[in-house]
Amino acid sequence: MSRPGFVLEVDERTPPLLVHRGEGFGLQRFPLGTRVVYPPDSLPPLPDVRGAIRTALLNPLGSEPLPELLRPGMRLTIAFDDISLPLPPMRPPDVRQLVLEEVLELAARRGVEDVELIVANSLHRRMTAKEIERVVGERVFRSFWPERLRNFDAEDPDGLAYIGKTDKGEDVEISRRAAQSDLLVYVNINLVAMDGGHKSVPVGMGSYRSLRHHHNVNTMLHSRSYMDPPSSALHGSAARMGRLLANHLRIFTVETTLNNETFPREFGFLNRREWEWSLRDQAGYLAARKANDAAPARIRREVFRRIRAPYGVTGVHAGETEAVHERTLAGVHRQQKVEVSGQSDILVVGLPYICPYNVNSIMNPILVMCLGLGYFFNMYVNRPLVRPGGAMILFHPVPWEFHTVHHPSYVDFFEEVLAETTDPAQIESKFEQQYATDPWYVHLYRNSHAYHGVHPFYMWYWGAHALDHLGDVIFVGGDRRTVRRMGFRAASTFADALEMARERVGSSPTITYLHSPPLALAEVR
Amino acid sequence: MTVALELFRSVPRYLASRAIGDRVPGLVAGPLAPLRLVNRDEPVPPAPGWGRMAPRLAGICGSDLATLSGRTSFYFSPLVSMPFVPGHEVVGDLFDDVEDLPAGTRVVIDPVLSCAARGLPPCGSCAEGATGRCDRVTVGHVAPGLQTGYCADTGGGWSAMLVAHRSQLHPVPDRVSDERAVLVEPLACAIHAALRGRPEPGDSVLVVGAGTVGILTLLALREFTDAGTVVVVAKHPGQRDLARRFGATEVVGPGEAVSAVRRASRAFRLQPERGGPFLLGGVDLAIECAGARGSLELALRTTRAGGRVVLAGLPVAGADLTPVWFRELEVVGAYASGTERVNGDRRSAFDLAMALAAEVELEGVLGAMYPLGSWREAIDHAMSAGRLGTPKVAFDPREEA
Repeated sequence: MSRPGFVLEVDERTPPLLVHRGEGFGLQRFPLGTRVVYPPDSLPPLPDVRGAIRTALLNPLGSEPLPELLRPGMRLTIAFDDISLPLPPMRPPDVRQLVLEEVLELAARRGVEDVELIVANSLHRRMTAKEIERVVGERVFRSFWPERLRNFDAEDPDGLAYIGKTDKGEDVEISRRAAQSDLLVYVNINLVAMDGGHKSVPVGMGSYRSLRHHHNVNTMLHSRSYMDPPSSALHGSAARMGRLLANHLRIFTVETTLNNETFPREFGFLNRREWEWSLRDQAGYLAARKANDAAPARIRREVFRRIRAPYGVTGVHAGETEAVHERTLAGVHRQQKVEVSGQSDILVVGLPYICPYNVNSIMNPILVMCLGLGYFFNMYVNRPLVRPGGAMILFHPVPWEFHTVHHPSYVDFFEEVLAETTDPAQIESKFEQQYATDPWYVHLYRNSHAYHGVHPFYMWYWGAHALDHLGDVIFVGGDRRTVRRMGFRAASTFADALEMARERVGSSPTITYLHSPPLALAEVR
Repeated sequence: MTVALELFRSVPRYLASRAIGDRVPGLVAGPLAPLRLVNRDEPVPPAPGWGRMAPRLAGICGSDLATLSGRTSFYFSPLVSMPFVPGHEVVGDLFDDVEDLPAGTRVVIDPVLSCAARGLPPCGSCAEGATGRCDRVTVGHVAPGLQTGYCADTGGGWSAMLVAHRSQLHPVPDRVSDERAVLVEPLACAIHAALRGRPEPGDSVLVVGAGTVGILTLLALREFTDAGTVVVVAKHPGQRDLARRFGATEVVGPGEAVSAVRRASRAFRLQPERGGPFLLGGVDLAIECAGARGSLELALRTTRAGGRVVLAGLPVAGADLTPVWFRELEVVGAYASGTERVNGDRRSAFDLAMALAAEVELEGVLGAMYPLGSWREAIDHAMSAGRLGTPKVAFDPREEA
């Protein structure tokens, strides 16, 4: 029986608590009275994942069983979530591999020959062959790569199909192959409540022309939060697009949910509550901490990059998108939701080493901002964990470091755009168009492994709601120059950060520490 | 007798300066520099039309520093006569009547010693008003010397007295202070360099270097051309504010210059296996104002095919000229000043510079003044001027040490 999430109030007996700090972690004492939000225990995984997948495909929600949708001579396209999910990447076999194998087996048995697999990477970077193989498995990879298994190219003028406008005038343009298929099967991993549903196809297979309708500052300011689809303008837009698409194209959605087994055994202490650490966990923590501190940066990065999450699959649902997604969200909530009573003056978050956009890469400062003020700030339903005008304290070194192959437009964004302004609306109006249409960035997105020229803008917009809401943002241990460029403040220690925050929020602030990862979604009363 | 700083021939000092002067500026200013403060005979007007002049302020130019640290090409050796007194950016008072200018007139000099000063019938270039291109700088009434400040007979600005010819003299209006007047000569050169670039309206321009040459060239671009975006490459943070004030669209450090030009021109960026990156695409015009190999290569690598590169700074050897060939670049020299075509009129660059110096706020360009006796400190400061945020350093020969 897995225990629900809960809120601990720090008292005299509370030991120092674990805090992530990028490629590292440590133990930190929190002031008395700090509320610490712990995620629920990890749910038990399905005992037979393949069986569950088969059951879902044969007994879908709101649709005929998949085999009845398959026939010889048809054009079948299967799209799947890209490398940004799950985080960390999961231990093989990836659940997408399992789903793909089942779907392809059914298709083969029904005599379907024209099958293509597309990574739904949208404006993210192309995945490498090796990365794709790790997701789809060796069998599928060898059968389909490279002619019939590829990345989506959102800048290929011949590879896009314009579907039409929603009733709010939003352009819907997606992969031509997908649009012209008799059936599009989408395979998802719903790691957080933002994922999945109508967001999968219109966004994952959409072009810049489509994305700009919801990946913009105004939409972000009205997404409170984007982890809560009913309250999210982003999801409103995606839903309109998805419904328009559903009128043109038969979409069969397969969604999966995972438990909270985020870290492998050697880092198992990161999954568990501190006062429940076994002797082994304690020793593991000490050993990992010492090794990490002593290791040269290169080694440290490599160790973190190789972490594979021992995620267990907790649910598989298939069929009509909205029917499926309702069940999926319930699964996500079951694993992640924690009730929290009221907001506080200060929200503290320890940022881990990984976010959706630096898998096998480097977390540059813009991604740090996105992870902290984007994702973690928005891990709420109803109200943010911190009050309007409150402060957010984040732990991360924020090094001035960029991956020049994966994030070339980020380098320029940081050097040119942020040097001029950090205001999302001004950034959007002055610079977005130039970066989104720069032929060099387009070239790198299409031919190298670079995120699209516009992507750093989306990262910055992802934090727009937080920027609007918060009165202060302080990075503990952050590189001063880097942090200042982004318009934030740096503190050497947590105590200093609290001192600095007190200037803005008052001398006896209430503090909430979001003890995550593993993921927790706060339902704030 | 007059006091002067004299550059003399010394092979050991030349070699030593060349070897380590760059890296340790203090040493150049010290024992290595082939420069000495002397009491020497006053220069004598060599012919009618010449007169004596007492400098009020005399600037230290990048070319002077290059000469002192042995970095100039041997090409110049027949164009100078040793020993000479350096100093070609001079404002001072006439000691004698010179033709229509009475003694006491405050003047700046155009240092080029062309046919008129040398008492010769004008060569082809002088006849067209392009005195900087004079072919007769080694003959005539005075010893070989491309300019005052490189000629054994004329003296130079770094002294209490020199001689100049009427053709070199430009009276200074009352409303132009000495501090601005000493900048007229470099400003004239900068105007000439900017106009040698011939930017079309809206052209994108890269100015490499934000010392005096770069800053004044930027000013000239804004005043006399309709250039569009002007990106200035400034090595030192102290130079950036001045560049922005004088009209730079963007100011970047040397490390960011390629990225900045790439973004502005939406070019493709290529990275050779060895050496720096370059662009396919780039600015329409680059003006090299730093006189360093790295800055010339930057200019050549970020100019679009068919574009133009102006060498305003004294060039150094060793730059890779492949982009000149491959991208069909026009590489153009800009030396001294001459007669320019502005808005359909022909006017001398000195006149344009004097008018500009009267109008524009030049605060921050002239940073420090030293007496001749403190020449070591002056040279030291001038060599570090960029880092210290004071583009121009000058001598005030009137001051006691």
